[in-house]
Amino acid sequence: MSTPLLAEFETPEALIAAMRQTRAEGHRALDAYTPFPIEALTEAFEPRRRLVRPMMAVAGFGSAAAMYVLQWYSSAIAYPLNSGGRPLHSWQVFLLVPVEFGVLIAAIAGFAAMLWSCGLPALHHPLFVMPQFERASQDRFMLLVAPKGEAEPLRRTLEEAGARLVAEMHA
Amino acid sequence: MSARQHHKWIAPKRLGYAEISAAVSDPIQRGGPGRAWFIALLGILPLVLATFIAVGAVLTVGIGLSGVNTTVVWGFSIANYVWWIGIGNAGTLISSMLLLTRQGWRASINRFAEAMTLFAAAIAGIFPVIHLGRPLYAYWLAPYPNTMELWPQWRSALVWDFWAIASYILFSLIFWFTGLLPDLATMRDRAQTRTGQVVYGALALGWRGSARHWAVYETFHKTMAALAVPLVCSVHSIVGLDFAASLMPGWQESIFPPYFVVGAMYSGFAMVVMLAIVIRWGLSLQSMITPAHFDAMAKVMLFASIVMTFSYATEWFMAWYGGEHADRTVIGYFFTGDYRWLYFSLLFCNCLVPQLLWFRAVRLNLWLLAAIAIVINLGMWLERILIVWNTLSHGYAISLWRTYHVSLYDVVILIAPLGLFVLGFLVLARILPIVSMHEVRQLAHREGAAA
Repeated sequence: MSTPLLAEFETPEALIAAMRQTRAEGHRALDAYTPFPIEALTEAFEPRRRLVRPMMAVAGFGSAAAMYVLQWYSSAIAYPLNSGGRPLHSWQVFLLVPVEFGVLIAAIAGFAAMLWSCGLPALHHPLFVMPQFERASQDRFMLLVAPKGEAEPLRRTLEEAGARLVAEMHA
Repeated sequence: MSARQHHKWIAPKRLGYAEISAAVSDPIQRGGPGRAWFIALLGILPLVLATFIAVGAVLTVGIGLSGVNTTVVWGFSIANYVWWIGIGNAGTLISSMLLLTRQGWRASINRFAEAMTLFAAAIAGIFPVIHLGRPLYAYWLAPYPNTMELWPQWRSALVWDFWAIASYILFSLIFWFTGLLPDLATMRDRAQTRTGQVVYGALALGWRGSARHWAVYETFHKTMAALAVPLVCSVHSIVGLDFAASLMPGWQESIFPPYFVVGAMYSGFAMVVMLAIVIRWGLSLQSMITPAHFDAMAKVMLFASIVMTFSYATEWFMAWYGGEHADRTVIGYFFTGDYRWLYFSLLFCNCLVPQLLWFRAVRLNLWLLAAIAIVINLGMWLERILIVWNTLSHGYAISLWRTYHVSLYDVVILIAPLGLFVLGFLVLARILPIVSMHEVRQLAHREGAAA
């Protein structure tokens, strides 16, 4: 496989059309880089690992349960304090803290899972040296395609689809 | 929406992606702070200083500085706490509810609404600590292994507050930072100095805006929003429970948690309107914060005002209908007691004045809107202080009835933290994008303004 090409487009519509065209011709669209989320692209490049929500659920419910156990242990076993004859295991009020704590831990776990699924933090990446790549976070739409065989036919397709600049990416 | 405006949520006919990035990031990266910024900074520095002096004084001398007495044992600290946490609740609530209900226009306001949450919740967190009486033992609220073999009292409202505020601040920080991540990448890519590139580059964590990144980002951001709504409601419900879980007449009411949540949304929206007006003017963001935004926010305030009025009426009705003598006496005390003029002011601010928002002309007049937002926040503070004062001054034991006398310290801790809040925004506006650029780009794309 030869080096992938990075093509720069002015509008998301042009990029989507180019992606469909290159896929139809048998090239492999690897990824797209855009300044805001575009539904058609997030669907086309659906990540294989869908970790965020399961991780959040496990961490959230797990930490809430752990917090409940801590409350029960501390007030019924470790430090039983009879205040006005109230039951030591006051489950009704013991529900409040686990809710807050569980949501917090779910958020932390979800953030970690998001970074991990994205391969971040990664302060450097071969893409960052590509010409014009800094515009992908501002006003340009970039498509990364691996050509089927020779690079020339793909370059022509991309340019015909409206790419302003097509560059080879060397990892 | 004026006849000249082409899109509802984007003012100019054409607002390209590059212009959006420039409008938000250039004031930070290419422009200086400007005269208004320095004047504002000088204006609030005395308040910031006063906050530190007041907090230092209460830590040194003790809560005798405040006007509390043996009957009215809660005072300004508690009212300020509820007021600030209410404002703090609204930012994340607004942002997440509008995200879940697919209100694209949130793009222009969500970032500073979330920042408002962080600053307000952080300020709110000061008050319970300085009101502890023994603030040096504040860390006893956390369960940790210690040689005294002590544990927190989990049935105490103070412990619930500790977890509610701590969880909420950290959660809001993650929610805010997640939304900021793609914008930090923009800042990194536009930075002209080495320092800017390194600092924004490090904060952006290597964000590339890849379609896979966006897919994961959107999943996480929406899930966070879905968690934020119940979290916010639970946080302010816990604040309501601080009162409702007691045995005092006028406090022990099941309506308190939801009534507090609506109150938080009400004062929070008023604060967001204020901030939107100031930020729109200060950073020249007229293209992204449009009259339609103010119209929508004013309608939410009007709705919240009606719900608040209904809550007050429910409180009066239930006291009468419940038939408990002490409850009825406290309600009578609202209208005829020592604080009656404050109570009438509260009703005027929270129930009457906002009715002006029925008129479209009022909703679109920013001067009037700002005035109404200030009046609402004043009214909401009066509500909180009166919840504290009325019940404590007029409890079950007639021999203990006393009133509260405001001290200088009380006035300082009421007003001075506002300076801290403004300082937060002044600093933020100089270092981070105050409007979510990637979401406004998306909005401009959807509205057809970018093409």
